[in-house]
Amino acid sequence: MKRMGLFICHCGTNIADTVDVEGLAKKFTSYPGIMFSTTYKYMCSHPGQELISKSIKEHKLDGVIVAACSPTLHEMTFRKVTRTSGVNPYQCEIANIREQCSWVHTDRVKATEKAERIIRSIIEKVRLNEDLQPIKVDVTRKALVIGGGIAGIQAALDIADSGYPVVLVEMKSSIGGHMAQLSETFPTLDCSQCILTPKMVEVASHPNIELLTYSEVKKIDGYVGNFTVTIEAKAKGIDWELCTGCGKCSEVCPVSVPSEFERGLGKRSAIYTTFPQAVPNKPVIDSESCLKIKTGGCGLCEKECDVGAINFSREFTYREEEVGAVVVATGYELYPILNISEYGGGEFEDVIDGLAFERLLSASGPTGGEIKRPSDGKVVEDIVFIQCAGSRDPEKHKPYCSRICCMYSTKQAMLFKHKVHHGQPYIFYIDIRSGGKGYEEFVERAQREDGVIYIRGKVSKLYRDNDKVKIVGVDTILNKPVEIEADLVVLAMAIIPSPGTEELTNILKVQTDENGFLQEIHPKLRPLESTTAGFYFAGCAQAPKDIPDAVSQASGTAVKVVSLFSGDYLQLEPTIATVDEDVCSGCRICISVCPYQAREFDEKKGIVRVNEALCESCGACVAACPSGASDQKNLTDKQISTMATAIIKEDEDG
Amino acid sequence: MKEIIYYPGCTLKNTAKNFEDSALACAEELGFELRELKNWYCCGTVYSLTSDDLMHHIATVRNLLRVQEEGEDRFTTLCSMCYNTLKRSSKRINENDDDREKINSFMDEEENDYEGKVDIIHYLQLLRDEIGFDKIKEKVKKPLKSLKLAPYYGCLLLRPIEAAIDDPDSPSILEDLITVMGGEVAYFPFKNECCGAYQTVSEVDLVVERARNIIGNAKRNGADALLVSCPLCAFNLDNRQKNVLEKYTDFKGIPVLYFTEALALALGLDVEVCHFDLHYQSIEELVKEIE
Repeated sequence: MKRMGLFICHCGTNIADTVDVEGLAKKFTSYPGIMFSTTYKYMCSHPGQELISKSIKEHKLDGVIVAACSPTLHEMTFRKVTRTSGVNPYQCEIANIREQCSWVHTDRVKATEKAERIIRSIIEKVRLNEDLQPIKVDVTRKALVIGGGIAGIQAALDIADSGYPVVLVEMKSSIGGHMAQLSETFPTLDCSQCILTPKMVEVASHPNIELLTYSEVKKIDGYVGNFTVTIEAKAKGIDWELCTGCGKCSEVCPVSVPSEFERGLGKRSAIYTTFPQAVPNKPVIDSESCLKIKTGGCGLCEKECDVGAINFSREFTYREEEVGAVVVATGYELYPILNISEYGGGEFEDVIDGLAFERLLSASGPTGGEIKRPSDGKVVEDIVFIQCAGSRDPEKHKPYCSRICCMYSTKQAMLFKHKVHHGQPYIFYIDIRSGGKGYEEFVERAQREDGVIYIRGKVSKLYRDNDKVKIVGVDTILNKPVEIEADLVVLAMAIIPSPGTEELTNILKVQTDENGFLQEIHPKLRPLESTTAGFYFAGCAQAPKDIPDAVSQASGTAVKVVSLFSGDYLQLEPTIATVDEDVCSGCRICISVCPYQAREFDEKKGIVRVNEALCESCGACVAACPSGASDQKNLTDKQISTMATAIIKEDEDG
Repeated sequence: MKEIIYYPGCTLKNTAKNFEDSALACAEELGFELRELKNWYCCGTVYSLTSDDLMHHIATVRNLLRVQEEGEDRFTTLCSMCYNTLKRSSKRINENDDDREKINSFMDEEENDYEGKVDIIHYLQLLRDEIGFDKIKEKVKKPLKSLKLAPYYGCLLLRPIEAAIDDPDSPSILEDLITVMGGEVAYFPFKNECCGAYQTVSEVDLVVERARNIIGNAKRNGADALLVSCPLCAFNLDNRQKNVLEKYTDFKGIPVLYFTEALALALGLDVEVCHFDLHYQSIEELVKEIE
């Protein structure tokens, strides 16, 4: 027979005002199995904890029920007290009479009756609770970072600096991500490359970082602390061991195709490095356009290469890595301009997206930093920036704010004015969102010092008029229609998860939100972690964010990974699913319902087993099991049944 | 010969007889009989858009009921205004059981209840989706080779989106029809600008400005004529040219063709069905060029 104690918390007036805590404490003294029952103003306070500890010893309790706030707040606190008082912590349970009772009700009599039912059910649960021990799991102290943009770079460097090895996987041939494409950055106008490239070099030379570019994660097995990852290295056509990165091959290549890095505004050869400061600074061959691969002819690069590095190999190679944690930093892409036909996206050469304009601004870009329009190379004089192109448009495009466009368009308008003094930039906006350190001042400066004209209103029509693009819109402050003849229109396209994010998250079994961004456990208190243990986020893969936020998040994520690695072993909750081997018929229904791949079939015995480290205690298998072989520790079918009975039972007194 | 019930509406029986006659002749040539709905009513025109406006749908629903009583569940119309009203109304009444029940009780003198199954299609949809542009291409006898046409949609075929017969921002059905008829498509960004609609009754000056802008843009882009799909647009863009000229003496006009007239010409039908004398801006030159 279990000897249980009941501790009811007033929570100041939070509970006591609505629930008759004293009355309940008195009433429960006669409840079967309750040896001791009391109340206290703040049970979580030090004296409150002392009270519990003292009572456990005095009354030789082996079960503890704390009726207080939600278990997410103080379950840990009270289980710790239970443990230090000599009782197994899994014998302590919380009856939530605050969030689920006093806070949501006003009628004191009815609320008290409901609290009584909640407490009764938890007492019945504790009555059948077993002593449990946390599951200990070894950790592989090595991290996988997926994505080599600024977020992935920062996370990899911070983890590596803490002394743990990192494998950094990037699908392109160079790290750097979109930040490498930017000209200068708001609000300080630092040159993007100047602050990024040293970090790229640091990644490549860091003794704790292994850099795998032109590679993708194709498979992952295991669980937190113990993942096995399969990484595919795409065919480069070049032996990078031999290649010196001299660049002669690209010079002789006769092929010229639009460069992805230049957003189609410039050209590249079939054998190419993404950009001059690439890390690693070695080329790959694009098999779609290489003449040798397509037709068997050409081969000029092969003749030019002094070290014989060019092999035109089309062979993909695979390797496995053991890691303990995974950081997903796969970044963003811009919503395709073709999707926004109402602004002439894809129809007019002189309507481009924000990243393409970065390339026009960049000194290393296709025009050498001169602002020339793509159609005929004329220097741009009147330029229009259209905000929220695809963002904040739930009917046709994306419902969310892409967060960085107000600032980067302001920066672009400012930089344009610095280059074309007699030019005039206009920005059509819904509202200017300049929340960030120094951001509002930056917008002020663009208006005051650089004469950028901000027009609050949407563009209703955009069409070709001789060699200009005519923009018709409305100024909702002056309440007047506006018409502008522009040389160039820059659309601040919505930010979307980078292509391949969906495929990757399916492989990793990491949840995404309705817009395809990575889903965090808690938007405020646990924003860096996936709902699947062992996966962490950094950068725009989780939500649109600017460079300072991406870098901050990456460092935060690195700390999460490092703290996972710093213990001797991982402790996992033992309240997981179990299988009664004598009852299990091996039907495997549970395998199909388990969202965490925690169930595996034992061919030899013809039964299903639970992988203790993968089980997240959701209970889906227990509910699905047709033979009753599955149960959840300390939440057995029998416990649920007695708890339910205790809730619905009418009080004998009335 | 296939047949479909045809709803004419008021305009086509009065000022725009030419649009109807040309459409009927074209359909016959293309193997489709348009059988006029017996005992049809006003389409309801642009009914009040407030939410508690069920009364305004009665005229529309009576027409749907007439089609139902002829044992059909589909009919077509030429006029964009009628199409838009009938489409939006039928959509609401067909998809909303409560509204249908209520409106049936408003019309309790009717012999039958409206069952909510009748759908309206525009004549352009009939051409595109039922007859098929390929078939029309085969039937073209006098391709409009020398004509550069500016396709004008106005609003009623494209908005709101639930009534749209094409992409509201970049429609192409008229362009495709022009190509099929052998004509040249003019670049025409003003194709879905507002013509001024019913403002033409009380705010003539506003419509004059709209017409001048739209026609000006078509001319800048080298169009020989506008190709329109709505009788009201046709009125505002053709007849109102008279008023534009009164205000702007240097204004240069442009002929305005209804799409069924252009089709009748391309199919080589008798020019009489087009009653070109009903137009304000002369079509004679154009017809000569095609001949």
